[in-house]
Amino acid sequence: MTIDLKTVKHISKLSRISIDDNKAKKLGKDLNSIFSFIEKLNELDTKNTEPLTSIAETKLKLRKDEIKSENIREDILKNSPDKNKDFFVVPKVVE
Amino acid sequence: MSNITDLKLVELVDKIKKKELSSAEVTIAFIERSKKSKKLNAYISENYENAIKNAKIFDQKPDFKKKLPGIPIAVKDLFCSKNIRTTAGSKILENFVPTYESTVTQNILDEGGIIIGKLNCDEFAMGSSNETSYFGNVQNPVSENLVPGGSSGGSSSALAAKLTPATIGTDTGGSIRQPASFTGTVGLKPTYGSCSRYGIVAFASSLDQAGPMTHDVKDCSLMLEIMSTYDTKDSTSVEFKRESYLNNLNENIKEKKIGIPKEYRVDGMPKEIDELWEKGIKIIKENGGKIVEISLPNTNYALPTYYIVAPAEASSNLARYDGVKYGFRSKGENLIDMYEKTRSEGFGDEVKRRIMIGTYVLSSGYYDAYYLKAQKVRRLIKNDFDEAYKKVDAILTPSTPSSAFKIGEKLNDPVSMYLNDIFTVPINLAGLPAISIPAGHDKKGYPLGLQVIGKAFDEQSILNIAFALEKNISFKNNITDWWIK
Repeated sequence: MTIDLKTVKHISKLSRISIDDNKAKKLGKDLNSIFSFIEKLNELDTKNTEPLTSIAETKLKLRKDEIKSENIREDILKNSPDKNKDFFVVPKVVE
Repeated sequence: MSNITDLKLVELVDKIKKKELSSAEVTIAFIERSKKSKKLNAYISENYENAIKNAKIFDQKPDFKKKLPGIPIAVKDLFCSKNIRTTAGSKILENFVPTYESTVTQNILDEGGIIIGKLNCDEFAMGSSNETSYFGNVQNPVSENLVPGGSSGGSSSALAAKLTPATIGTDTGGSIRQPASFTGTVGLKPTYGSCSRYGIVAFASSLDQAGPMTHDVKDCSLMLEIMSTYDTKDSTSVEFKRESYLNNLNENIKEKKIGIPKEYRVDGMPKEIDELWEKGIKIIKENGGKIVEISLPNTNYALPTYYIVAPAEASSNLARYDGVKYGFRSKGENLIDMYEKTRSEGFGDEVKRRIMIGTYVLSSGYYDAYYLKAQKVRRLIKNDFDEAYKKVDAILTPSTPSSAFKIGEKLNDPVSMYLNDIFTVPINLAGLPAISIPAGHDKKGYPLGLQVIGKAFDEQSILNIAFALEKNISFKNNITDWWIK
């Protein structure tokens, strides 16, 4: 299998990472070498194997539905890259 | 008296308890040495002033019942620390100041520990040489221009250089054990579910575990005791009886059955690694342990499995970095354009590469062929260990297939970089505990490590076996302080 430039561009779109043609070519090369290494898994017959989704075989515990949050709105907003007093700000979405 | 910074963690605790040293004296000693060691680039953020203030507060009203009474500790910059910048080695989090504390660092604070700084690491813990950090390469104190391993490279460097008496790292595929091995220090990855993941910047949630990095096995036992707690804030935290690892530590390994997996004798492995392994086997036999040949037939499939599972989980975890609520933001013409530019400029090449691998293996039409397939093979790898543990109590292997390499040597070949984790990755896939201890030097004088892998939640056994090995090996790290003028 080879990953062509079109596929690299498609993955970059899905990943929400913009990429120029030069970078895409280089990345395509890297991805191909990584995937040819990954293809090794096809040697194994796993028809009757159950997938392992979690190593911790614990049941999720229930807890009381209590409010634990502290009043840290201002501290949280301090980390925002573009902010006004009360909200997170993003580029205009609705015309 | 010898230098304060030459003392090990347990010795420092003892001296503080006996009032031979104050917390301020110890804290200032490690900070002074850290200040002289900027060339190593081990720190991303320093917390020196606050640390000295906190040490003085401790000394005014010392509580000697604490396990880390006024002990200064620098930690990997992947643990969120309240009011101290936490970057994960990434530009995208360059100015992020958490409003909460990770459970593991909170445990350290609760036991009287004092955070002196945040240590460099590969960006989002993705790397084996600390070369993917936005904050630059870290020097291995063993020799100039040598990588300290990764991703906990700042941690291993700071520890080996005695800038901190102990430290903590995280291990997703070897990120504690490989840097420990490269710097002649001890590193332990606990069983998945032992240490809470709450407040640790997530890489691959089904593999990530925090663990201690120390000068010796005793110190490691103490740190594990503090770090490992059941935590309701982490849904994968496991409730089990945690031992007093330090109190129970003993070197008696009589009748212990230690497995030697034949698949770990890989082609082209340097002779000195093989000899190191033989040395470990000999020590176990001499101390009454039994050596058992075992087979882990799917070992060769661990790395390809890892390079599907880990990037898949990473691509999902890192979707949160969108430039909206925190972190770096780039200007865009519209919302989508802002996302794409933010992530393109905010992430480094290795992180982008892994996000894209992960996105691809999870994308429509490829999920079954890659991600589901990898999860199935992960089951086979875990089954291998389950079978082996019917016959043995623990497993002994080398920690890495080579000693530390030069900065830049493997940067342009991702697959060759990934091969570094060949002996460590299977353990994360199976969720088991494993410890790396320094066991010798190669002909260049660089440290080499041995790895002891245990049964799930049986950290005590691997600590004891490591303790017996350590006593017989009596490893000496030949570090010359070349970076201090």
